[in-house]
Amino acid sequence: MKATNTGDPAYYHKVVDCQWACPAHTNVPEYIRLIAQGRYTDAYMLNRESNVFPGILGRTCDRPCEPACRRERVDGKPVAICRLKRVAADLKDDITHLLPKAPEQKNGKRVACIGAGPASLAVANDLMPLGYSVTIYEKYDKPGGLMRSNIPSFRLPESVLAEETGAILNMGVDIRYNSPVESMNGLLAEGYDAVFVGSGAPRGKDLDIPGRHDTDRIHIGIDWLESITFGHIDKIGEKVLIIGVGNTAMDCCRSSRRLGGKDIKVMARRPRGYFKASPWELEDAEEEGIDIIINHAPTRFVIENGALRGMEFERLEWDAEAKKSKVIDKVILPCDDVILAIGQENAFPWIERELGMEFDKWGMPVVNETTFQSSIPGVFFGGDAAFGPKNIIWAVAHGHAAAISIHNHCQGVPVTERPPDGMNLVTQKMGMSEWSYHNDYNPSPRQKMKHVDLKKRFEQLNIEVEMGFNAEQTAREVQRCLNCDVETEFTPKLCIECDACIDICPMLCLTIARDGEESEIRQRLSAPAVNPDQALYASEPLPQTGRLMLKDEDLCVHCGLCAERCPTSAWDMQKFELLISYAGREACTSSYVPA
Amino acid sequence: MPSIAKPIAVHPSLHRNALGLTLRDYEGAMSTLCAGCGHDSITAAIIKALWELSIQPHMIAKMSGIGCSSKTPTYFVNGAHGFNSAHGRMAAIATGANAANRELTYIGISGDGDSLSIGLGHMCHAIRRNVKMLYVIENNGVYGLTKGQFSASADVGSRSKRGEPNRMAPIDPVMLALSIGATFVARSFSGDKEQLVPILKAAIAHRGFALVDVISPCVTFNDHNGSTKSYLYTRKHMQKATEADFVPPASEILATIGDVGTTTVTMHDGSVVRFTSVPKNYDPTDRRGVYDYLQEHANTGSVATGLLYLDESVADLHEMNQTPSTALARMPYDKLVPGTAALDELMEDFR
Repeated sequence: MKATNTGDPAYYHKVVDCQWACPAHTNVPEYIRLIAQGRYTDAYMLNRESNVFPGILGRTCDRPCEPACRRERVDGKPVAICRLKRVAADLKDDITHLLPKAPEQKNGKRVACIGAGPASLAVANDLMPLGYSVTIYEKYDKPGGLMRSNIPSFRLPESVLAEETGAILNMGVDIRYNSPVESMNGLLAEGYDAVFVGSGAPRGKDLDIPGRHDTDRIHIGIDWLESITFGHIDKIGEKVLIIGVGNTAMDCCRSSRRLGGKDIKVMARRPRGYFKASPWELEDAEEEGIDIIINHAPTRFVIENGALRGMEFERLEWDAEAKKSKVIDKVILPCDDVILAIGQENAFPWIERELGMEFDKWGMPVVNETTFQSSIPGVFFGGDAAFGPKNIIWAVAHGHAAAISIHNHCQGVPVTERPPDGMNLVTQKMGMSEWSYHNDYNPSPRQKMKHVDLKKRFEQLNIEVEMGFNAEQTAREVQRCLNCDVETEFTPKLCIECDACIDICPMLCLTIARDGEESEIRQRLSAPAVNPDQALYASEPLPQTGRLMLKDEDLCVHCGLCAERCPTSAWDMQKFELLISYAGREACTSSYVPA
Repeated sequence: MPSIAKPIAVHPSLHRNALGLTLRDYEGAMSTLCAGCGHDSITAAIIKALWELSIQPHMIAKMSGIGCSSKTPTYFVNGAHGFNSAHGRMAAIATGANAANRELTYIGISGDGDSLSIGLGHMCHAIRRNVKMLYVIENNGVYGLTKGQFSASADVGSRSKRGEPNRMAPIDPVMLALSIGATFVARSFSGDKEQLVPILKAAIAHRGFALVDVISPCVTFNDHNGSTKSYLYTRKHMQKATEADFVPPASEILATIGDVGTTTVTMHDGSVVRFTSVPKNYDPTDRRGVYDYLQEHANTGSVATGLLYLDESVADLHEMNQTPSTALARMPYDKLVPGTAALDELMEDFR
């Protein structure tokens, strides 16, 4: 097979599973090491570089990094990356002096952002320091977008939200509250150099079945959550049915619990294992006494004398893969309120179709997936507004990418000219069997988040349930990280094929074998490489026998023993840092990691 | 020495042997030898062989003397018995241990200094007695622990790290063993586990004394140009005389054997060793033919490897001496110490 090119930043980036899975490519292992050293401020700032909202995301992120974490494949549970992020945010010092600042001298370019959610804020975060004048139009009187209106305050305290949105707005963003944009035409007429649409997916899907419009006790999930946030709703009936089992449903059922709901049921069409909600959000809801009812499909609302009495469901029986179902019978569940949490959609009634912007058959604007530009040059989309509902971390990633495009567009550079990512690779060798990272494998189990007492937490709507890791939990959890960014870098010409690395590797990652097709080689390694998502490293032919050094990246715990037992330093442990390009910072030659 | 112990994390696809143990269960302490030492590879090969044979760890006795090689029993099978004896005395101690408890599997680890200098006599007599044991010589041609002087196995003309050539003739343990009636003689290379592991397994199954001479480069003192026991030299000059395939007892022989010179030897325990001779007409049961072959190759500077000679027909120490069939440790006390009356009766025989 072809020799692996480890000079391509993508190769080692992929080995760092968490960073690869993170849409914003947060340098997770590095910030975990900084936390381990007690350098919370540095850890926070490194986080902020890529994900902009460490405190918010440390509580609310969808955590694409955790299912990807190598530790899960090694001992069954991923590193609690998200919780550690919150530790850094909670324990940091004053960071005011470290935050990016806008220059006195503006560059004369004006950018309008629609919606003060994570996508627009990320754009402002990247463009303000370059001298752009950024105006954000927000329909409410506070910033944050969906982070504020849809995430209940018992999960995300208002103070954290205010701090992190403030860090961006305080650079001098022209934020216009209570200013919903009614017309794209009108906005374009104001002569902005670029427009960024970060208005989210603000419309909750409705469920048009009999009885839907005969009562006022049926609520659309995201609108209902929004009304709680802005103080328009402060109570709900005792019996509540939530339709849908995504993360919004989890927020709805837990909010109901706090507003007077006693018998709360989340109604799912499909069996467990097919829910959209994150497993940890399901756990948290069930801890609060919420029932999750599976295999029930809603058919009608039961209205008697103009009042909602209950809801009728078909009970379903699914096949093994939950693809086909058949109806067993019908049941009526009594209820006082129903909350619909079956998804969200975008709506752009305010973009005049005569502008000529291209829309697809679902009424979504056609947006380029790399440049985030619509069919009208200078008009960009990001976050949920671009490709439908995703999550905060995707919105941030879109914001960074769109900022590059906006910068290019304003400087007369084609938006397709993307600055490349770079990389640093630095040896961690300090001496004989000595490394500048903690290479020992710690068998500690994943630490459990402590929650506020089940009685106390319901006393007030905004009591944050998760208490954060304490010092002992933090100390244990950081040591669970396998330092996947400290790479096993191999120099074939130094190898004498003594087998020392192969004999010592605890995870049977290494093999010296003759060349062949990759699929065939994968079967004849020290342990068969059965995970096709993980790369198989192959060296150039070795000097003595012409065989190849092969490494299955799948389960390497980065303990460095191969390098310690290598007599010629053909193996070395080298720290990989992905140097991500941001708007106006293409020359990614210096490290983002604080010294 | 490594900075950490080997992580306890294990590969999920790790297989279990007939005892339900994984390869990791046959490991020992972390090696303190130099990084890249051939001895560590031999240790790994021994671990693999013992695991594949499903030998109970507590039924293994690890015997050694003094030297880099003799440290290595610490690095495999933590759960085994062990005896680290005086320099060169491993063969004698192992003979005694075997005489007392014939039920254990004896793994003797020695080096070219321990076996070919100070312990040469002991080794020779253990060979003559056909003590049932695996006797590994981790052969690197130098005294590593005392900074790299030539050992008794260094070839004439082989150069030390400082460039001085060796002038004294070497003792070749393989030729020596053949000349004094050894019944199992093999030579291999630490860098070739595909060859070494089956040889070790056959050696453990052998009826008597099994000598396995393993070229094991010393990375610190004898892995340079001019050395005849370096990784590169051994790879360039290795000449496979046979490829041995070990088939444990009661397993079906499925693979077809090529038509070139094939010999099958059934071992005492019912297992089978199949030889595929690399040169035509090589017969691993013909002592004289093997001797001539080795002599020829020694003259051309090549290193003949493989399971070179095997004779399963010779009785071992216990059979020759008609000793009881159980270990002394398991013998009832009154049988082991029959008392004054029995002693008097025995003494009468000699009057």
